[in-house]
Amino acid sequence: MENKLTRNLYKIPYLLWILVFVIVPIALVVYYSFFDIEGHFSLGNYRKFFTPVYLQMTVSSFWYAFLITAISLIIAYPTALLLTKTKHKQLWLLLIIVPSWINLLLKAYAFIGIFGTYGAANSFLKVIGIGQQQILFTDFSFVFVSVYIFIPFMILPIFNSLNELNPTLIDAANDLGASKWTTFRRVIFPLTIDGVKSGCQVTFIPALSLFMLTRLIAGNRVITLGTAIEQHFLVTQDWGMGSTIAVFLIIIMVLIMVLTNTKKRGV
Amino acid sequence: MANASIIQFNNVTKQYDNDPPVLDNVSFEIERGKFYTLLGPSGCGKTTILRLIAGFMEPSKGEIFFNGKKINQIPANKRQVNTVFQDYALFPHLNVFENVAFGLRIKKLKNADIQAKVKEALSFVNLSGYENREIREMSGGQRQRVAIARAIVNEPEVILLDEPLSALDLKLRTEMQYELRELQRRLGITFIFVTHDQEEALAMSDEIFVINKGTIQQSGTPTDIYDEPINRFVADFIGESNIVSGKMKKDYLVEFVGREFDCVDMGFNLNEPVEIVIRPEDLEITSLERGKLQVKVDSQLFRGVHYEISCYDKDGNEWLVHSTKKANVGDEIGLYFDPEAIHVMRLGETEEEFDRRLETYADVDRHGK
Repeated sequence: MENKLTRNLYKIPYLLWILVFVIVPIALVVYYSFFDIEGHFSLGNYRKFFTPVYLQMTVSSFWYAFLITAISLIIAYPTALLLTKTKHKQLWLLLIIVPSWINLLLKAYAFIGIFGTYGAANSFLKVIGIGQQQILFTDFSFVFVSVYIFIPFMILPIFNSLNELNPTLIDAANDLGASKWTTFRRVIFPLTIDGVKSGCQVTFIPALSLFMLTRLIAGNRVITLGTAIEQHFLVTQDWGMGSTIAVFLIIIMVLIMVLTNTKKRGV
Repeated sequence: MANASIIQFNNVTKQYDNDPPVLDNVSFEIERGKFYTLLGPSGCGKTTILRLIAGFMEPSKGEIFFNGKKINQIPANKRQVNTVFQDYALFPHLNVFENVAFGLRIKKLKNADIQAKVKEALSFVNLSGYENREIREMSGGQRQRVAIARAIVNEPEVILLDEPLSALDLKLRTEMQYELRELQRRLGITFIFVTHDQEEALAMSDEIFVINKGTIQQSGTPTDIYDEPINRFVADFIGESNIVSGKMKKDYLVEFVGREFDCVDMGFNLNEPVEIVIRPEDLEITSLERGKLQVKVDSQLFRGVHYEISCYDKDGNEWLVHSTKKANVGDEIGLYFDPEAIHVMRLGETEEEFDRRLETYADVDRHGK
């Protein structure tokens, strides 16, 4: 009896957390999404979401999130592969992880300094003879900084799955006649796909709703769903429309989670 | 016989940095179509030999020949050998069929050929009908068979087996020993089997290489190695042995535990110090008067087929006896053995010297007739 009681006691913090920070906020977001700017109940926000303005914003969000995820993956996979082969792999991994502990805002400001008109990047371009360029407030700088920020989160799960890979399997593939590339294509990559998937999840989903970087680095030239939500809540005070976009974001995130989550295979 | 030789090691050494060599100046020849076993304790270098043959590593010194061609630099994926790994190393993301077909797909065989060959390989290891199973649904013994099928389907000239039975329970292991031996006979492919289990080695092999500390201690047929171990290590490692030191008084007469015994060994120097091996099953329990040795029973274990009786003589030497007869702990008993049961080992003799000495016995036997 006491056992059951203590078990129930343990559940309290968890249940409270879920209720206060997950269920109630989502319920509130859904609730607000049914009210227009005057506070009248309406489905207008949902109708508005399907107008070209918001659809374009959705497509643009997806496009940038996709770009950021794809570039991160292309850089992260070979890096993780290289890291697993080094002698002090945990140390090298740590060095890559450490920057992710620094506050995002600080890093954004650092990049404003680097990419600014009189920043280090432009000085370098001048030295090599290309001359001063507009780097800040471009698509390039937005994608570059986002990739920089997300790369540790992409590397970590891929590194872990590569690290767990039984090295004898690589010997076995070799033994059966597979070249290095075939071994990668037929054994290493398929067996680390779970790491790739979770890396893509933790990059793509937050990248969909980036808003601080869009303002600071992209100078509001890149408008994503995240920016739209921020604008509606803080500038236009249209909480209803902001909530509606949030509802769609939540639905999209859940869909991505479901689609990229496959049952774990193992022996 | 150069024609029958398929693999040859010439003074091969494998060493990492300045550590003592894992494999020290090893030379041997493997003949086509036989079942070889590399036997030794863990860390003796037997798996290193296997990995050198498979091509997972390169020797630090020496040459490896395959079918007369030097293969030191040839990578694993270009060699005509396939390996059955200790943990099977089956691909968890592929089903049984695709695991077996892996090598064939890389060779870009036609789909119909792949179907036929995989089917044949699976029937060879009694796994017909398991094509679509996932690896995780297979038991340890079945995974073992899949690993074997995956190797034989490529029709290699040599199959390397790295302690493939060590993860199986005793009954399954014995069963697989029969099956592997049978499979090797049917296929006629050279098998090189690595194990630390001496019973396994004795039961399955045509030839055994006993390896210790990076060198081959002795090679020969199972009976050769069991009956005529070259040194203390081999005698101790292959089966149970009673080993005592002694002195060769003259041909056919040896002294140990303070007494002289008739034996069948010859060709030693007068009063040469030697080591004596007597197998526990060659010792027979008898009365004190009839016994050649007088010992006191210290302990006794029932092993099923026999009793394992540990006795001590008055000098404190332990004598292990395997007997179907029961003894009583604490009793004084006599131990009887035939002159043939005594095996005399020269100290520090190399395998070549040992073989030469054995040949002189054979000559004497022939002249005697």
